[in-house]
Amino acid sequence: MSLTKDDVQKIAFLARIRAPEERLEALAQELNGIIGWVEQLAEVNTDAVEPMTSVVDIASPMRDDVVTDGAILDKVTANAPDPHGPFYAVPKVVE
Amino acid sequence: MSELRNLTIAGAADALAKGETSSVELTDAFIAAIEANRNLNAFITETPEVARERAKASDERRAKGAAASPMDGVPIAMKDLFCTEGVRTTAASHILENFVPTYESTVSGNLRDAGAVMLGKANLDEFAMGSSNITSYYGPVKSPWTRKGANVDLVPGGSSGGSATAVSGGLAIAATGTDTGGSIRQPASFTGIVGMKPTYGRCSRWGIVAFASSLDQAGPLTKTVEDAAIMLQAMAGHDPKDSTSLPFELPDFRAACTGDIKGMKIGIPKEYTLDGMPADIKALWDQGVKWLEAAGAETREVSLPHTKYALPTYYIVAPAEASSNLARYDGVRYGLRVEGETLDEMYELTRAAGFGAEVQRRVLIGAYVLSAGYYDAYYVKAQKVRSLIFKDFSDAFADVDALLTPTAPSAAFALGEKMDDPIAMYLNDVFTVPASLAGLPAISVPAGLDGDGLPLGLQLIAGVCQEEKLFRVASALEAAAGFTARPGGA
Amino acid sequence: MAYLIQGETGDWEVVIGLEVHAQAVTEAKLFSGASAAFGGEPNTHVSLVDAAMPGMLPVINKKCVEQAVRTGLGLRAKINRRSVFERKNYFYADLPQGYQISQFLYPIVGEGTVTLDLEDGSSRDVGIERLHLEQDAGKSMHDQDPSRSMIDLNRAGVALMEIVSKPDMRSPEEAGAYLRKLRSILRYLGTCDGNMEQGSMRADVNVSVRKKGETDLRTRVEIKNVNSVRFVMQAIEHEAERQVEVWEEGGEVRQETRLFDPNKGETRPMRTKEFAHDYRYFPDPDLLPLVLDEKFVAEIEASLPELPDAKRARLIEELGLSAYDAGVIVADRETATYFETAAKGRDAKTVANWLTTNLFGALNKRGFGINESPVSAAHLGELVGLIENDTISGKIAKDVFEAMLESGKSPAVIVEEKGLKQITDTGAIEAIVDQVIAANPGQADDVRGGNDKAIGWFVGQVMKATQGKANPGQVNALLKKKLLG
Ligand SMILES: [Mg+2]
Ligand SMILES: [Zn+2]
Repeated sequence: MSLTKDDVQKIAFLARIRAPEERLEALAQELNGIIGWVEQLAEVNTDAVEPMTSVVDIASPMRDDVVTDGAILDKVTANAPDPHGPFYAVPKVVE
Repeated sequence: MSELRNLTIAGAADALAKGETSSVELTDAFIAAIEANRNLNAFITETPEVARERAKASDERRAKGAAASPMDGVPIAMKDLFCTEGVRTTAASHILENFVPTYESTVSGNLRDAGAVMLGKANLDEFAMGSSNITSYYGPVKSPWTRKGANVDLVPGGSSGGSATAVSGGLAIAATGTDTGGSIRQPASFTGIVGMKPTYGRCSRWGIVAFASSLDQAGPLTKTVEDAAIMLQAMAGHDPKDSTSLPFELPDFRAACTGDIKGMKIGIPKEYTLDGMPADIKALWDQGVKWLEAAGAETREVSLPHTKYALPTYYIVAPAEASSNLARYDGVRYGLRVEGETLDEMYELTRAAGFGAEVQRRVLIGAYVLSAGYYDAYYVKAQKVRSLIFKDFSDAFADVDALLTPTAPSAAFALGEKMDDPIAMYLNDVFTVPASLAGLPAISVPAGLDGDGLPLGLQLIAGVCQEEKLFRVASALEAAAGFTARPGGA
Repeated sequence: MAYLIQGETGDWEVVIGLEVHAQAVTEAKLFSGASAAFGGEPNTHVSLVDAAMPGMLPVINKKCVEQAVRTGLGLRAKINRRSVFERKNYFYADLPQGYQISQFLYPIVGEGTVTLDLEDGSSRDVGIERLHLEQDAGKSMHDQDPSRSMIDLNRAGVALMEIVSKPDMRSPEEAGAYLRKLRSILRYLGTCDGNMEQGSMRADVNVSVRKKGETDLRTRVEIKNVNSVRFVMQAIEHEAERQVEVWEEGGEVRQETRLFDPNKGETRPMRTKEFAHDYRYFPDPDLLPLVLDEKFVAEIEASLPELPDAKRARLIEELGLSAYDAGVIVADRETATYFETAAKGRDAKTVANWLTTNLFGALNKRGFGINESPVSAAHLGELVGLIENDTISGKIAKDVFEAMLESGKSPAVIVEEKGLKQITDTGAIEAIVDQVIAANPGQADDVRGGNDKAIGWFVGQVMKATQGKANPGQVNALLKKKLLG
């Protein structure tokens, strides 16, 4: 299958990357090139094959329920591009 | 000075122990070398103050007879993908141009605790996405190597291109790298040094800017196999902060560098023979087989039937994970922000301006293969093929101790070559990606030069947690190859 | 009787399913060591992991897993020994990672059941589809700055149990009963405090309508984040009526997400671009599949408390309470505990009466909860004890109870202080009886003349003379003996 300009537009919005109208055609071609290439996987018979979930075959570790972190306002806001007091700020969201 | 710059980790440890030099002297030599070779663009951020301070502390420890490890006082380069407390960490991206972490990655912290001296943050492909270090927002890295009789600038490979140039160009004794599909091994091969990717989970991923979580693994770039063992010992180990970190005691890697491979079985995967593979590479590979046989190993052909599907599998899995891992760069809590009228506009403008072309391409591919209606056809399919690739290796390792292959299908190419066609670029990783998908330890050993006088590496791959076997065979290969060539460029 | 909406074209049935987000009771967050406590100064319950700093990784909190399993067992549900955390990818200001770690294809808990006790005393089963663990989001505040929204990540990463019901409810009342029952079970289990005001329990309501008799479901609408039982019931009423109108005007109900406005008493569509939603779930590569062994589950099962249904049955069968009283008493854990403490060694029915009529009445007047009761469970038990051993009469007990409400003192002390002890000494009563008879010869003759009714009048006189402290039974017997021989 092959991506149209509209598909690219939609994906670009999903990924929140502004794609200027004039780039869409070129982008669609690039992406189609790569997608067309990876589609050779269709040749492989994967019936009764489990998808790989993790390369390490160990049990998931679990942490104890203790507060060991937080109270580091200075550290979590140190790099904020638009700090407002203790808050991060973004363009007003209407809901 | 220049002999200081040629020291290995082992050699430096020795000289420091004997008092023939000090960490401060060593460090100053490398700081000078870095300044003299800025044209290579190996570093995004140089940290001479940090280096001198740590060197001084190291010499003081040593004076008290309290050297922390064989790495103590050894000047190294840190790939700029490792978050370093108080030192700008960019991942070679515009979006993190002014990001100064308030924390230290586990691996860089382990090295700091081992006494290693950080000279600076090495250049790389943006978010480690690339095989030639041309996607860095801070400009491409040049290899110190040049073709005989030509002076076109060559790429060092990627993504750990700054690390590779630093070590091969004598700007650091060793360097950290990360390997997602070959990002340590391929640049090592291009620049005539050793590059090692341990078993997935040996090195903690905590504090390393994520590219593809199920593939990313840190490892060393060094001048020798023994150095790789010494440095990996300092980098690796269980970390409770990383759920995928292996909870096992580390073996003594250095002790495994015996070169004694009598009776070991080495597999030669027939699917790694590509039509159109450069004759020099085929010849070196055959030579490698002879070397290992001469050293007492038994070699046999093995089959990894799904090898040809490794690259397409990788180029679904890695972008899928990356598209999600890079969603946090949204201009809200850190990093670049481009203001917009609405929240969505701010996101779109910030990410369009902050990510380079290759990163955007992969993020879009990733979003696409995960999107409704395509998830099963692409992502799930790829994870199934990945299981088959893993099984290929498990079957092979039932019969052999390690596999010998070329590291890369070509020697270093010129800046500007292959840049137009992404897929041609992706093919650089054809021999390294399979081991990444299977999470296996693999190492590239410099083994010879091609007709143009450029280095070529051979790759060894071992089973899960079989690093010791890997070091045994690698040291034998290294001894047989006796690779001593140095670049003229630095 | 069924809840139906009379439309122009006939009767419509409402089909309701609920997705409840219940905050698991834990100290720390689901994947980080930051505090999960409600409130706190902005961005102070935030770790580097919660702020999604580069290279930060999740490690799961064992207690969250235990709470999910515990809740699953309490809902008589299947515990899945292998579950998988996946990333739900979308961009929002309060979602730092750009994805929510949740469970999708393989939730930790599967199908279960909640039994509703309805007003009319009947009960009804509502199916549980699944329960999964996921991260809460942070908070956006919109009223502090004209052009900006402020982000506080204190809640970001707090453990939520999303409990999804089957579309088994047919009326606002049933939905209300389901929420109350679910809340009660969670509180008995101690896995969620059920505090809807603080948002530790929030409901997304799925509503659709269909013509009476139809078997297929029509398009459903999701009403997000309704934060009280009352609002849930109102939202369903309004949304159902809206949908009936749409259908009857020949329109199509759109599958969409709406918000309930309690002030306007209406639901309105959310402004978010629905078309843009494509969550791109995939297994989180930073986490391993969650595998629980037999022992892990068995130990939690062994530690479960008696739950409302079992307790209710026991109070009815073993203690002989009425279904109604039992229902009221078990509805909330504190009341049940209060009752069981008070009833220890007493007549349970008498205690239940005092609790549900007298005490509840008094508490309601004062707007108190059972925990604020001035009368302790032990004291209420004592009071019933004093009646049982004839220390005071039921009538006096009411006065003692009032005094207990005022002073919080024990009934024994009050009886002592006020000298309310019942007179059981026959001699003393006989003396008074003689006085009264002597003082009223006329009425005495009346009785002797055969009008036994008049005996009641004498009883009243004697009780009055003893300020009600004489044992009425004894008084009666003595009067009969003296007047009728
Ligand atoms: Mg939901
Ligand atoms: Zn949810």
